[in-house]
Amino acid sequence: MWKFIHRLASPKHFYRIAGKWIPWLMAAAVILIALGFYGGLVKAPADYQQGDSFRIIYLHVPAAWMSLFIYMVMATSAAIGLIWKIKLADLFATASAPIGASFTFLALVTGSIWGKPMWGTWWVWDARLTSELLLLFLYLGFMGLQAAIEDRRNAARAGAVLAIVGVVNIPIIHYSVEWWNTLHQGPTVTRMDKPAMHISMLIPLLQAAAGFQIYYFATVLMRVRSLVLQQERRSGWVRELLREEGVR
Amino acid sequence: MNWSEFFHMGGYAPYVWSSYALGLVILVANAVGPALRHRRVKEEIRSRLRREGKL
Repeated sequence: MWKFIHRLASPKHFYRIAGKWIPWLMAAAVILIALGFYGGLVKAPADYQQGDSFRIIYLHVPAAWMSLFIYMVMATSAAIGLIWKIKLADLFATASAPIGASFTFLALVTGSIWGKPMWGTWWVWDARLTSELLLLFLYLGFMGLQAAIEDRRNAARAGAVLAIVGVVNIPIIHYSVEWWNTLHQGPTVTRMDKPAMHISMLIPLLQAAAGFQIYYFATVLMRVRSLVLQQERRSGWVRELLREEGVR
Repeated sequence: MNWSEFFHMGGYAPYVWSSYALGLVILVANAVGPALRHRRVKEEIRSRLRREGKL
């Protein structure tokens, strides 16, 4: 097991193994997302209060969950990179940021589009919406900071500190609908007793969420592979690899 | 359910379909962007190695 982990952390093996996984992850993600969207847009009945507008949930909720999940992955791997000086962990943090930012943006915009017909307004400065907007700025700040610092190790370190401090925002987002009065509806799925959602509505949501999750893994691996190649551009195995690919 | 009913989305069509359009754009961009970038990185390294006569 340790041998496997050790080998996976070596850039060369990571590059090869990730390259094999990406197509399978992509296929699984596309199938799950397609199932989820089909179930959500076609099969699920309209909501008795919100009509067909509730179908935005199959996009909005997976995107919002991923915005939190990716942030935790980013902060954790940045911390691992900071503490144990594992370069691959730094690369995972760097690669996660733009994906997380795009899902956060999607969650904000779809929420806004959903809010207009339901609440009568595109935006309110309440706890849930404001803390999610702050999350977007944390992602963008992390990316900007890394882009602004020339030295790669300093960039990783500065980014890690920002990412770790920003973790405090994650529970605030999650509990904001319980701690404060907000226009945003309370949790429907992650409740202790049982989800406040009929099974025919819930299953597509879980499919889409699983699809988004796997999609993130596929795309983060794609990005990390590029970063590995850039970082290792002077090593022998990269030269070997490009030579072999050049022949084909 | 027929097609026009499906596209009509109970009167919420502009909201539902603009959301899903944006969602698809973001999903696709998250795969195509890194794929193009990967190709570019490979090209850059390859041309540098060629310049240095190592390839």
